[in-house]
Amino acid sequence: MSQYVLRRLLIAIPSLLGISVVLFVVLALAPGDPFAELATNPNVPPEVQAALRAKFGLDDPIYLRYLHWLNAMLHGDWGFSFVSRMNVDTLILQRLPATLYVIGSAQILALLIAIPVGVYAATKPYSLFDQIANTLAFIGFSLPTFFTGLLFILIFSVTLDWLPFVYSTDIKATGIRWVLEMIRQAIMPVAVLGLFQAASMTRFVRSAMLDVIRLDYVTTARAKGLGQAKVIVKHVMRNAMIPVVTLIALQMPAVFGGAIVTEQIFRIPGIGSLLISSILSNDTPVVMAVTFVFACLVVLFNLIADVLYGWLDPRISLR
Amino acid sequence: MAPLLEIKGLKTHFSTDDGILQAVDGVDISINRGETLCVVGESGCGKTVTAMSILKLIAMPPGRIAAGEIIFEGRDLVPLTSNQLDEIRAKEIGFIFQEPMTSLNPVLTIGEQIAESLRRHEAVTKKQALERTIEMLKLVQIPNAEGRVHHYPHQFSGGMRQRVMIAMALACKPKLVIADEPTTALDVTIQAQILDLLQDMKERFGMAVMLITHAMGVVAETAQRVVVMYAGKVVEEAPVDDLFGDPRHPYTQGLIRSIPRIDLDSEHKTRLEAIGGSVPILINPPVGCRFAPRCRFAMSICTEKEPRLREIAPGHRMACHLGDAS
Repeated sequence: MSQYVLRRLLIAIPSLLGISVVLFVVLALAPGDPFAELATNPNVPPEVQAALRAKFGLDDPIYLRYLHWLNAMLHGDWGFSFVSRMNVDTLILQRLPATLYVIGSAQILALLIAIPVGVYAATKPYSLFDQIANTLAFIGFSLPTFFTGLLFILIFSVTLDWLPFVYSTDIKATGIRWVLEMIRQAIMPVAVLGLFQAASMTRFVRSAMLDVIRLDYVTTARAKGLGQAKVIVKHVMRNAMIPVVTLIALQMPAVFGGAIVTEQIFRIPGIGSLLISSILSNDTPVVMAVTFVFACLVVLFNLIADVLYGWLDPRISLR
Repeated sequence: MAPLLEIKGLKTHFSTDDGILQAVDGVDISINRGETLCVVGESGCGKTVTAMSILKLIAMPPGRIAAGEIIFEGRDLVPLTSNQLDEIRAKEIGFIFQEPMTSLNPVLTIGEQIAESLRRHEAVTKKQALERTIEMLKLVQIPNAEGRVHHYPHQFSGGMRQRVMIAMALACKPKLVIADEPTTALDVTIQAQILDLLQDMKERFGMAVMLITHAMGVVAETAQRVVVMYAGKVVEEAPVDDLFGDPRHPYTQGLIRSIPRIDLDSEHKTRLEAIGGSVPILINPPVGCRFAPRCRFAMSICTEKEPRLREIAPGHRMACHLGDAS
């Protein structure tokens, strides 16, 4: 097992290198760079501009700049953000907790809704409960988060004034009040993101359960007199969760991507809003670093999905 | 003595988009203690549905027991809820399924799957259940039972898995074992081994066996009594010697003629006879005898009036108008 993981990590190196080349080239082809603003600033003389560009190697050929970046990365130097005037790694670490908090809670909420609802709906297919769950799920994943997000703000913040609609990282409170405030301001983004995730996940759990529930070994289990609950949990769910777990792991990077929109709407100072603001301000080192982190997440969660698959399904041996 | 299991006028229907499918339409079958009863017929005759109805293992809905009684040891099982039936499943009536490749849960070890019915029905500790499981695996002649008990189904061959299924069905020493085509999915050589094993187990535990099959060879080898089913109905029932020696119903005769024979020399060899046509789909079945369209002796009465099952010799019953004429 550990050998398998090690080998997969080694295989990940060339693919990450490939991804970084593509990202670097695309960013290099994009118009504008961190010094683009200097060009329009009349207070900076042209010769100073040229000297600065030469100093940071901005006019070097692209392969030289890439090797330069790669070398720095390998030495743990993620670059410097000219806009925020701080190191990129510090900046990312600063923004990460808010993102993890919101995405993690949303994902847990989604699972807490999707698994019980999907399982119960599958045990009584085409019942009233199933029909209602299906309809709600369909509505849920048809509505984009930027729409439901704004709707929630309109209802719960503007009209009812129950919840704050701007997420703040420096809450002026301590102890239990701080905790309560953190929960209060996360309710809306977590609900928007979690319900959206739950909608598609519910449908997936339901169909995975229905696939398993009519298999022969479920009849075998019934013939043992185990009782409905035990048959469902031990024999059906245990098998149905294999594809579900894989799907959730593979979806995680997409969840981070989807969170960018949600973070923007609720003004959550997370990784997603960092990416958007740095794209807008031509802060290339930050854009490069954040997209590269996303790429690493994709590779990592793919590996996690495969390992979980091998762990859940004894027919698959990871060698 | 009253029979161990008595099915009276069982009707199992399935609602489909095209109408009500009468898979089992008024079947009477009884099994005595310690007896082997074979239920034969082509695919789609309602053999499996009859067996599954006994423990309500059919999907309900769309399936439904529309009428009839299933009396097991003096108690009617039809009105029981699934929870009440759980006390009888595996404990009193064990089930062996047709497909050993798909009838075992792929993510649980075989030991776990056998032990769970022991732990459900008997007051045993985890350790005792494991010991009993190993003992059962030895009984069904699985080599290295102590090691194999922790293996997963995919690590066993088809024949070995069917042995596991038998061990599972017999673990709680039921009074009746229903084996639904237990050898159909296996190689011919393995088939004989599995049948021998079933026979062995039956003698050891003294249980009754209801063996569902479409292979007449299996019937001749194992059964004491035979029930022939066609299109959801019993068409003939007889002790095994009578059935092979004096088959009365044209369908039974057709089934027996379709057994390949290797004992004839080349001069007497003829083409293997088959029954033309296929089992009708049982949505709005035709009036009269359901076999009439395929029967070589069909008369006008056959398409007008349904033949009743009646006794023509002690223990020999059949449903055909031919007997009336003769």
